Amino acid sequence: MGTVWVHAEAADGKVASITLELLAEARQLGDAEAVYAGPGVDDIADELGAHGATKVHATGSIGTGLQGPALASAMADAIAGGASPDAILFGTTQDGRDVAARLSVKLDAPVITNIVELVDDGGLVGTEPVFGGTTNVKTRFTGGSPAIFLIRPKSFTAEEVGGGPASVVPLPLPDLGGAGAAKVQNRFAAESEGPRLDEAAVVVSGGRGLGEAEKYHMIEELAAKLGGAAGATRAIVDAGWVPYALQVGQTGKVVKPDVYIACGISGATQHMVGMKGSKNIIAINKDPEAPIFSIADLGVVGDVHKVIPALLEALGSR
Amino acid sequence: MKVAVCVKQIPDPADPGKIDPETKTLVRDTKLILDESDSYGVEMALQLVDGDGEVVLVSMAPNEEVNGLRTALAMGADSAILVSDDALAGSDALGTSKVLAAAIQRIEPDLVLAGTESSDGYTGTVPEMIAELMGLPSVTFAKEIAISGGEVEVKRQTEAGYDEVTCPLPCVLSVTAGVVEPRYPSFKGIMAAKSKPVEKLGIADLGIAADTVGWAGAGQEIVAIEPAPAREAGEVIEDDGEAYQRIVSFLEELKVI
Ligand SMILES: Cc1cc2nc3c(=O)[nH]c(=O)nc-3n(C[C@H](O)[C@H](O)[C@H](O)COP(=O)(O)OP(=O)(O)OC[C@H]3O[C@@H](n4cnc5c(N)ncnc54)[C@H](O)[C@@H]3O)c2cc1C
Ligand SMILES: Nc1ncnc2c1ncn2[C@@H]1O[C@H](COP(=O)(O)O)[C@@H](O)[C@H]1O
Repeated sequence: MGTVWVHAEAADGKVASITLELLAEARQLGDAEAVYAGPGVDDIADELGAHGATKVHATGSIGTGLQGPALASAMADAIAGGASPDAILFGTTQDGRDVAARLSVKLDAPVITNIVELVDDGGLVGTEPVFGGTTNVKTRFTGGSPAIFLIRPKSFTAEEVGGGPASVVPLPLPDLGGAGAAKVQNRFAAESEGPRLDEAAVVVSGGRGLGEAEKYHMIEELAAKLGGAAGATRAIVDAGWVPYALQVGQTGKVVKPDVYIACGISGATQHMVGMKGSKNIIAINKDPEAPIFSIADLGVVGDVHKVIPALLEALGSR
Repeated sequence: MKVAVCVKQIPDPADPGKIDPETKTLVRDTKLILDESDSYGVEMALQLVDGDGEVVLVSMAPNEEVNGLRTALAMGADSAILVSDDALAGSDALGTSKVLAAAIQRIEPDLVLAGTESSDGYTGTVPEMIAELMGLPSVTFAKEIAISGGEVEVKRQTEAGYDEVTCPLPCVLSVTAGVVEPRYPSFKGIMAAKSKPVEKLGIADLGIAADTVGWAGAGQEIVAIEPAPAREAGEVIEDDGEAYQRIVSFLEELKVI
């Protein structure tokens, strides 16, 4: 395999973990190069290089525009102009999906989505887990390159390989016309304390079994006691108990901590795809038939309102 | 104002069907239902139009399926376009988007709504592909939408929080689950839905060639379908008031505490 492009995402001069994961895989497959739309490429070229990117193709600032139309146009133009990546890897993130989708249309080339594993078998074959991760579907492209993949976070392990800074190659930004008319006016970030949800060694998550929003503080307390991060199911995010940033699962974060503690969570397939990779899983649920028990290393059939306070008290005296 | 809402009709998730090892397609033998993920788009459209305009559903589904469309019509949508064609079997996100974009083009809406991801396909790419095919701007992951003048103001969910994004009409928006509370169809709505117009089209009506959609146009093939290595269930205990102690000792074994 020749060149593999990786969609680079970054915030405040720090490369996103999904990007570093994709670079680790791209480097295994071929020559890894990053593609980046936004300001401050010089601030991230070192980190990209250290993770194996030899080059970073960068548009520079896209102003208040969204990445989707801007980066897809720039990439399509570069490809029309002779750049020939064999594969392009995107993370399954808001912007990753937008850019991949628009690029797919521009190149009239399909995107293979929800991939957790890639194998070069005379052409890349991607693995997508379906039916709640019980079945793997392996798909390959039959058309020409580039092969475009959307890859789920935490599928690969980021690895520093100590390369020098990636060399910055300008990627011209074409006129986007009407497609680029959406403008970001303001950005808001939720405050968070303690380790990041997708990096914490311990994650304690709560679900609808907590009964009411006020009870979520038990989850936060337990997470804090264990030096971990608090998570949630979509059910309680949709209900407005906690912000979306805490959601674990298919449409939320993928987490792989040493210990995941699921409290009052049924274990819907869309939740499980976000936490199944945890090294150890503890589940507390009053329903012995709850699907979460089928993947738990330690299952406690009981009431969260009794078990968690008792656990907090026991930990408090340590 | 005219709003087009993309609604996918899917097998009941309670009975998700099986992949046929011969044809490598999903076998769906039950009636299809409205994807819950799209009930939010329908509700959002009804609220934005607020009786002063038109909500048109657009769906691509096999076998002229209308069951899910009737649910959305019963919620209050005015009419529907259904694209159904044997040549569409096996269509991927790009093929599906080509069909939906061509159908939407016919009605020239001011706004196109879709879900951020479908419950059974969850590629999360169809809305943005439709926008690109139609040359329109778009905002995905909308968790709040307001229209003022010829512009939408959207709160777009991000990893860290949200962005406030403005976008001129016409445009494509994908809405997250939980953005609004979908209404239940009333009895009156269900009765009225039976006589609401559903325009049924094939790909020829849309000027789409068979080899650009379906399996032929997908540009990909499934090479294997395998059972995934299963994670084993471990120890399960009943709480007798002392189960917390087992959790403590387990955390000790793992050296978390
Ligand atoms: C397209 C799509 C994407 C989705 N993405 C996600 C996602 O990213 N993340 C996600 O989490 N979900 C996602 N979902 C939703 C998912 O299908 C489930 O609806 C959701 O995970 C259920 O959350 P829950 O376990 O909190 O609630 P429930 O399923 O209602 O489970 C509550 C559990 O609490 C138990 N319980 C009740 N009371 C007590 C008590 N006192 N003590 C102990 N246990 C108790 C019950 O036995 C039950 O098992 C998605 C769905 C779709 C269609
Ligand atoms: N066959 C279809 N018919 C109508 N709308 C669809 C179809 N497939 C996808 N969509 C729309 O695109 C959204 C995202 O779907 P997906 O890209 O499959 O995750 C869905 O929530 C629908 O609004």
